[in-house]
Amino acid sequence: MNATRSLIAASLAQAMPLDPGRHHMLHAAAPQAGHIEWLYWITFWILFAVFVLMIGAFVRASAKTHVEAIHPLPILEKDEKADRRAGWGVGAALAVTVITLFVILVLSVITGKRVEGLTSQNPVTIQITGHQWWWEITYPNPKADQTVTTANEIHVPVGTPVVVLTNSKDVIHSFWAPNITGKRDLLPGYSSAFWFQIDRAGIYHGQCAEFCGLQHAHMGFSIIAESSDAFQAWQQEQLKTASEPSTSETIRGREVFLTHACLMCHTIRGTDAGSRVGPDLTHVASRNMIAAETLPNTAGALAGWVVDPQRIKPGTQMSPNPLAPDDLQAVVAYLQSLH
Amino acid sequence: MRHYTQIGVLLGAIAVLASCSREDRILRQPPPANDTLNTVQISGLNPGANLIRTPPNSNMYQASAYAVSEGQKLYEAYNCVGCHAHGGGGIGPPLMDRNWIYGSEPGNIFATIMQGRPNGMPSFRNRIPEYQAWEIAAYVRSMAGLLPKGVSPNRTDQMNIKPAESSTPEQTPNGITGVPEQPK
Repeated sequence: MNATRSLIAASLAQAMPLDPGRHHMLHAAAPQAGHIEWLYWITFWILFAVFVLMIGAFVRASAKTHVEAIHPLPILEKDEKADRRAGWGVGAALAVTVITLFVILVLSVITGKRVEGLTSQNPVTIQITGHQWWWEITYPNPKADQTVTTANEIHVPVGTPVVVLTNSKDVIHSFWAPNITGKRDLLPGYSSAFWFQIDRAGIYHGQCAEFCGLQHAHMGFSIIAESSDAFQAWQQEQLKTASEPSTSETIRGREVFLTHACLMCHTIRGTDAGSRVGPDLTHVASRNMIAAETLPNTAGALAGWVVDPQRIKPGTQMSPNPLAPDDLQAVVAYLQSLH
Repeated sequence: MRHYTQIGVLLGAIAVLASCSREDRILRQPPPANDTLNTVQISGLNPGANLIRTPPNSNMYQASAYAVSEGQKLYEAYNCVGCHAHGGGGIGPPLMDRNWIYGSEPGNIFATIMQGRPNGMPSFRNRIPEYQAWEIAAYVRSMAGLLPKGVSPNRTDQMNIKPAESSTPEQTPNGITGVPEQPK
C-alpha cells in the first residue's frame, strides 16, 4: 500500500517537476490568469453537465428499449404522431446545443475583453525578444544608459501593470506564463503589445509555447515579482557596468573571455565585449538559472555549458569552447563574479 | 500474372525508397584534430601550386545544407555583412562575383577568415571555432554559385539584390585553381 502510494507520488513528481504555484494555469497570480481560470471552470462545469446528461440519456434509452430476441422481426408501421414527437425532441436538443455553444462563445469574448483592457497610466514597459532559444529582456528608456538588458529572468514590481512589447529575432515563439496570463506569440518583424499585473510576490515559471526548433522544450523563463523597492534596487544594480575583477583568477578570466570566442556573441558592459548575438552577461551571476532555465547557475553547470553546450542542448547556437582547464576555471570564476 | 506485376512494382518502389537518405545535421562537431591550417603563415611564399591544402573534412560542410545555412546565420551574426554586405561588397570586396583575390577553394576562404588579409580583413583565429569558419566558407562559396543547388540556401532574410543563391547560374571561375563541384 505504502509502496503504491510512494510510486504514485514519485510519478506525479516526475510529471510535474515544478511547484504548481509557479507553473500552473489554475493557480492564478494575476487578474488576467484569474479571468482565464474563471472561463476554464465555467466551461468545465457546462461540459460536465452536458456529459452527465448525455450518458444519462444513453443509459435510459438502452434500458427502455431492451427487448428479448424476437423471431421473426416485426414489420414497423408508419406512426405519424410518434414521428412528430421525435422531431420536436431532436429540434429541442439541437436548440439547447446551439444556445450552450453561444453562451460559451459570449463568455470567451467577455474573458478576452477583460484580459486585454488596460486602464492604468503608469505601467512598467518591457521589451521581450524571442531568440532560438532564449529570451532577450530589455527595459526600454529614452536615455540609452538607463536601459536595462538582461535575459530569461523578468523582474517586475508587484501590483503594478506591466506592458510587454513583443518581437522575435528569428522564428515565431510564444510567451506563456500560465500563472500570469494567456499565451502571446512573438512574431519576427512584427511588434505587438500586451499587459499583465502580478498581485502575489513570487517566482513564476514560463515556457515557449510555439514549436520553434530543436531546443523549443528548453526555452524557459521566469518572472520574479517583488516589492517596488526591491525592483528599483534590482534595476539600479543592473544599470551598473560590470564589476572589475579583483582576484588574479578573475582578472585572468576576463582576459580569457576577451581573447576567445566568447566575445564574438556576448556583451559584458564595461569591457570590449559588445556583441548582441547571445545573452548579455554583464550581471550573469545575479540570475538563478542559465541557458534559458535549463541549468542552475553554479560553477559546475556553467563550466559544462561553456565547454560543451551541444551536449546539453543539441543544436543550440552556442559553440563548444575547448578551453584549457586553467582557462576554464578562470573564466567561470570571472562569470561568477559578475553580480 | 497480375499479382506478379503488382509485387514487382512494389519491390521497385521499396528499392527506390531505400535510396533516399536524410541529411545528417552535425550538431556536436568533431574535436579540433590537427591545427595544421590554423598555424600562422609567416610568408606568402609556398612551394608548389596549391596555396592551401583543403582537408578532407571540409567536404562535410560543403555538402551539408544545414552547415551552409548555419554559415549564412554566422555571416550575419559575426558582422561579415558590415564590410562585404550580402555578397555585393562595400568596404570589403564582393563575394558573389568571380574575382577571388585569395582563391575560391574552401581552404583558401578558411585561411582568409582565420589569418586575415592586408587592407582590412581582420583575423578571426581564436575568435571563432574552426568548424564555424568552415561553415562560413561554405556559405561564401554558395553566394558565388560554387556549391550545388541542393545545399545552397535559397531564402535570405534581407532584400534580394540578385536571384536566390540556389538559382544563380553556375559560374565558371576564371584563372582559379581547382574545379568547383559540379551538380549532376
